[in-house]
Amino acid sequence: MSNDGVNTSRRTFLIGLTSAIGAAGAVGLAVPFVKSWLPSAKAENAGAPVQVDISKLELGQRVVQEWRGQPVWVVNRTDEMLAGLAQIEGSLRDPGSEQDQQPPYAKNQWRSIKKEYLVLIGTCTHLGCSPLYEQEPTVQLDHGGFFCPCHGSMFDLAGRVYQGVPAPTNLVVPPHSYLSESVIIVGSEEGETQA
Amino acid sequence: MRVVNGLIDWVDARLPVVNTYKKHMSEYYAPKNFNFWYYFGVLSMVVLVNQLLTGIWLTMFFSPSQGFESVEYIMRDVQWGWLIRYMHAVGASAFFAVVYIHMFRGLLYGSYKPPRELVWIFGMLIYVALMAEGFLGYVLPWGNMSYWGAQVIISLAGAIPFDVIPFIDANDAKEIGEALTTWVRGDYLLSTATVNKFFALHVVAIPLVLVALVFLHILALHEVGSNNPDGVEIKKNKDENGIPKDGIPFHPYYTVKDLPGVIIFMMVFAVVIFYFPTGGGYLIEKPNFAPADPLKTPDHIAPVWYYGPYYAMLRATTIDWFISSKAWGLIAMGGAIAILFLLPWLDRHPVKSIRYKGLVSKITLALFVVDFLILGYLGTQPATGLAKTVAQIGTVYYFLFFIVILPFGHRFEKSKPVPERVTGGH
Repeated sequence: MSNDGVNTSRRTFLIGLTSAIGAAGAVGLAVPFVKSWLPSAKAENAGAPVQVDISKLELGQRVVQEWRGQPVWVVNRTDEMLAGLAQIEGSLRDPGSEQDQQPPYAKNQWRSIKKEYLVLIGTCTHLGCSPLYEQEPTVQLDHGGFFCPCHGSMFDLAGRVYQGVPAPTNLVVPPHSYLSESVIIVGSEEGETQA
Repeated sequence: MRVVNGLIDWVDARLPVVNTYKKHMSEYYAPKNFNFWYYFGVLSMVVLVNQLLTGIWLTMFFSPSQGFESVEYIMRDVQWGWLIRYMHAVGASAFFAVVYIHMFRGLLYGSYKPPRELVWIFGMLIYVALMAEGFLGYVLPWGNMSYWGAQVIISLAGAIPFDVIPFIDANDAKEIGEALTTWVRGDYLLSTATVNKFFALHVVAIPLVLVALVFLHILALHEVGSNNPDGVEIKKNKDENGIPKDGIPFHPYYTVKDLPGVIIFMMVFAVVIFYFPTGGGYLIEKPNFAPADPLKTPDHIAPVWYYGPYYAMLRATTIDWFISSKAWGLIAMGGAIAILFLLPWLDRHPVKSIRYKGLVSKITLALFVVDFLILGYLGTQPATGLAKTVAQIGTVYYFLFFIVILPFGHRFEKSKPVPERVTGGH
């Protein structure tokens, strides 16, 4: 084959240009295929944040809300309960919440934004049972807490796990924030996350 | 007869039928000294056909939005549905069993060494596709182990140490991990959206890839020719017609040799299907006879036996050095599979076949097989004190075998001389 009259540099440039435009097109076309794997509008709706009204929550009382198929607890802790937290730190596995089981704004001694309101996902970190709320001191939990009836795991009133029980980590604090003084939104950080 | 010949000529002028038949069957010269271990390639083909056939039939009665109910429907109501389903479920284990032995054959006789590196690479790709296919298929019946197995495996995406990348801190890494798992699930929890997606991948996408890879595996093999138990290149000794002196045509010699092997395999397969379809909880795990329940975790989440070695390595790491021990586990598991791809370049032994290698090679290979089996067993058991220590030792030896023994082991042994021609095999 003769190369007479062939401008090879122009040919190389055009091949490069065509390939680049083709590749860009392929990447663009991949977007809908990749994005179709994300939660559908229906799934997004079902997993939307939920609001919890805490204005009627009595001292020491707990409410349960469902969020993404899981029970979410909100507890209004009394001063007495909060005072008990510091006394039992010696018998906890992770008193300083070093394990990543809470958002950064709940990594404090209360594991909450406002110290009285505890927000937790109510499933045991062992095998996913839902622990019982022990408001009053019991034989095992002398400052109250959460007791899992399935395999006997125990947590204090900040959801911190005791030593020597099957559950490996503290209970999970879900992402949440305050829309107002009396409304917590679970699953969203659009509100206030500072006390 | 004239009509038939005429038809063949007509087609052959338009499609290379006769040439292809000659090249891959009647004039594909395979070494004459194949032994028992050479049954397992053709057996994987038999199992592949079994999986495709029974799989197509199962899709006729299965609906992913009602996974558990459909499987019960197939087992109880569909005529002969129980047999088709057990053929498919037991077939998955049979697939891995024959593939593992087929891979061991490669290790035994150095079948991955030049010029067969690509044959090995395609084989490895088949193996990886098979593992993906097995995992996706295990989720579909939506039993409780399907659910929790998927939970554990999908959450591995959250253990990828993205924070080793500059400018990504631990919190960003966690968010990327969560975004990735949400993308895979197609929901914030494992749901019908996940099963639907896995169904499409399991019945269409991966099978297409698998069949294409099997085609390439065989095409690459027939280009370079088969290895044999002596590790001798039969193409080096050709007669005046250019036919290897130690080669015999694949058809009829090996088709006839393979047939009894296939028959015996099918007998064993039938015994398992009819008498031990769940394999005592190893082929179909016990918690999978209960529907998926997000609030009830099985006492012990274990993979099916064929993932055992890798699962054992995933759990064996306990050191939080530079990245978390969970991330190290992921690296150990991924690395254990990835390192197999490099086998043709890691093995620097001048001799191919174990028959002519020295004592070091023989002992270390035997230990490797024992190690792999022990890791496989440990992967299906709870990771308690002693089991964990053994798994750690096993993981170290697994990597030692590939990184140290295969490249350098030959320096510490004396190999026997390799013969010029293949032997009778003893």
